[in-house]
Amino acid sequence: MSELEHTQEIKPPHSSKAVLPWLKENLFSTWYNTLLTLFALGIVYFVLKGILVWAFTDANWDVIPANLRLFLVGPYPKTEIWRVWIVLYTVCALAGLSGGIWGGLTLRFAVGIGGAGIVCTLLPIDMATFSWTTRGWILGGVALIAALFFVGIRSRDFSPKMRRWVLVGWILSFPWTLIMLRGFGENAIPTTNWGGLLLTLILAAVGICFCFPLGVLLALGRRSTLPAVKWVSIAYIEIIRGVPLVTILFMAQIMIPIFMPDVRLDKVLRAMLALTFFSAAYMAENVRGGLQAIPRGQHEAAQALGLNYVQSTVFIVLPQALRSVIPAIVGQFIALFKDTSLVTIVGLLDLLGIAKIVIANPDWLGLQAEVYLFVAVIYFVFCYLMSYVSQQIETSLGVGKT
Amino acid sequence: MRKFLFCVSALVLAIALVVPGLAQGEESIRDKVKKRGKLICGVHGGLPGFSFLSEDGKWSGFDADYGRAIAAAVLGDPDKVEFVPLKAPERFPALQTGEIDVLIRNTTWTLTRDTQVGADFAPPTFYDGQGFMLAKALGITSLEELAGASIGVTAGSTTELNLTDTMRALGIDFNPVVFEEIDTLYNSYEQGRCDVVTSDKSQLVARRQVLKDPEAHIILDATISKEPLGPVTVHGDNKWNDVVSWVVYATFFAEEHEITQANVSTFETDNPEIKRFLGKTGDTGKQLGLPQDWAHQVINAVGNYGEVFERNLTPLGLPRGVNKPWTQGGLLYAMPFR
Repeated sequence: MSELEHTQEIKPPHSSKAVLPWLKENLFSTWYNTLLTLFALGIVYFVLKGILVWAFTDANWDVIPANLRLFLVGPYPKTEIWRVWIVLYTVCALAGLSGGIWGGLTLRFAVGIGGAGIVCTLLPIDMATFSWTTRGWILGGVALIAALFFVGIRSRDFSPKMRRWVLVGWILSFPWTLIMLRGFGENAIPTTNWGGLLLTLILAAVGICFCFPLGVLLALGRRSTLPAVKWVSIAYIEIIRGVPLVTILFMAQIMIPIFMPDVRLDKVLRAMLALTFFSAAYMAENVRGGLQAIPRGQHEAAQALGLNYVQSTVFIVLPQALRSVIPAIVGQFIALFKDTSLVTIVGLLDLLGIAKIVIANPDWLGLQAEVYLFVAVIYFVFCYLMSYVSQQIETSLGVGKT
Repeated sequence: MRKFLFCVSALVLAIALVVPGLAQGEESIRDKVKKRGKLICGVHGGLPGFSFLSEDGKWSGFDADYGRAIAAAVLGDPDKVEFVPLKAPERFPALQTGEIDVLIRNTTWTLTRDTQVGADFAPPTFYDGQGFMLAKALGITSLEELAGASIGVTAGSTTELNLTDTMRALGIDFNPVVFEEIDTLYNSYEQGRCDVVTSDKSQLVARRQVLKDPEAHIILDATISKEPLGPVTVHGDNKWNDVVSWVVYATFFAEEHEITQANVSTFETDNPEIKRFLGKTGDTGKQLGLPQDWAHQVINAVGNYGEVFERNLTPLGLPRGVNKPWTQGGLLYAMPFR
């Protein structure tokens, strides 16, 4: 013990150094490291130079602003575009309220949407294609977020029930979005007119929101002691996981109408179902991984406290299980988001489908590089956002800390 | 992927053989369309000049215009049409299951499709054929000189099959370079990875326009396949097929007699056939189950065949070729309106 008390304290080594010594130590320490560094720099230079020269001289970026509307909403009728705005405003309102009530991550989400809106209005795009009215609409959305943010903050004091209502609002925003975009009766907008980023986001959102509960149920089912439930779950998971998504999409689009001629399922709905059912199988296995990590003692302790199966699962087991598999679940969400691009092969006009159509326009023939690059950037932004949000959730839940 | 698509198409074809055509006594699509107040038309969706989305989200192109023409004839309004983009394997199932009323999607009229796949064809609206494009500098003008050339072609298509068949028949050795995607095919051609590229001539012409130096490339005169492309209806619905066919004939007839979108409303004539065509006398509309002025509506909506062609395909640099009225030595021949 006394030994320890007399131990000499040593300062930790310098972690930060000046630029030049750092370079020397890490990149040019020996002759072969120097050679490797120069070689790598050469490669980076040529690749970057190629890309930049192409992007600033050869590339014809006019194709993007000219077709911006197609990329965003596809062939959605111009006169009905207010429906999309209403949906966007609904999301803005809910985001603002949530940011005000909960703060933290939800607040950052609201600020993110608002910031993206402001950046959009400042984009140096020709006024003819991206008019002042459109910019005004976007700024209106940003203002709505800000206004409802303050309403949210105030409501913390006088209306504790507000939280519940906002949650209900988020849940109801789903059917509301679909009904709003589709419309009713004679003037209903057929889903074949949904397209672009709008369709991609709807497919992904529906897939993510429905595959998660379904996956959890399947995971629980697979661990169930009831043989019927167990075997049905196993069969479902294994069959779906044994088949490529493309096949399921083809089945949904081509076989269902042939097998069931009397049932008219909407084309987009069929794609939603296919994506949801496909992802649910993978989700189930992710969740099961988390369930298996929960020691048996947790269940037994819950039972000892008098909780029944549902209570112990919902309040004791699942929260711990899901917390430990957040990376896998978010990975699955990101995969699902990217998988939505496969619906192009069954003729739906999602973001990628629209890209293929834009380069078929005689005015823009031969510009596939520009168009595909633009689409890739959009996919990256959304996937990175999901990844970022999941990291934030993990940090706030303290996952991975020992 | 191509192989997979091919398997799917084969499977769909097999199922399609089992599914019977329109049952006797069932309501014709003509009447369904009238009741619905809207025509549903299957298109390709990504074919330059034929069907694509213009910047403002409207379907444009040659095929889309024919969809509008049919809507104008049946419903009196060319905008009452919903376009459904379809991929190759799902086009016939979509037709058979009634998801679409008519298919206008560069579909070649073949014996198998006419008899086995549950499709009925209306007269071809565009006669295409497979051709070859190569650099002018090579100085080649006929197929026979292509010996030893590397020829680019897309995988798994009939194009590939036509190429091998023709070259074998001519006894020419060549080196096929197979690509998965159309865009890669033309990119590689431009970068010199193949000497020659083969595809339908309409595609070759459209793509030549966007090569860096279009003038440096020529398309050989030789055509090695027949690709008559036209609207398709479900097998067994004769009333509906009559309607679609006569809409096509109406556009041929109008060009033959120089009736255009601009002059159709004021067209003065003593020719009894033209009078019947315009609905001034006779009962062509009643016989087809359409309004009396159906042909007038068609021309008023999209113009005659020549106008549709010039609006959509001429900008791509496509020559009329055989797609001219028979009076000018082409293949477009409207049946008599009487």
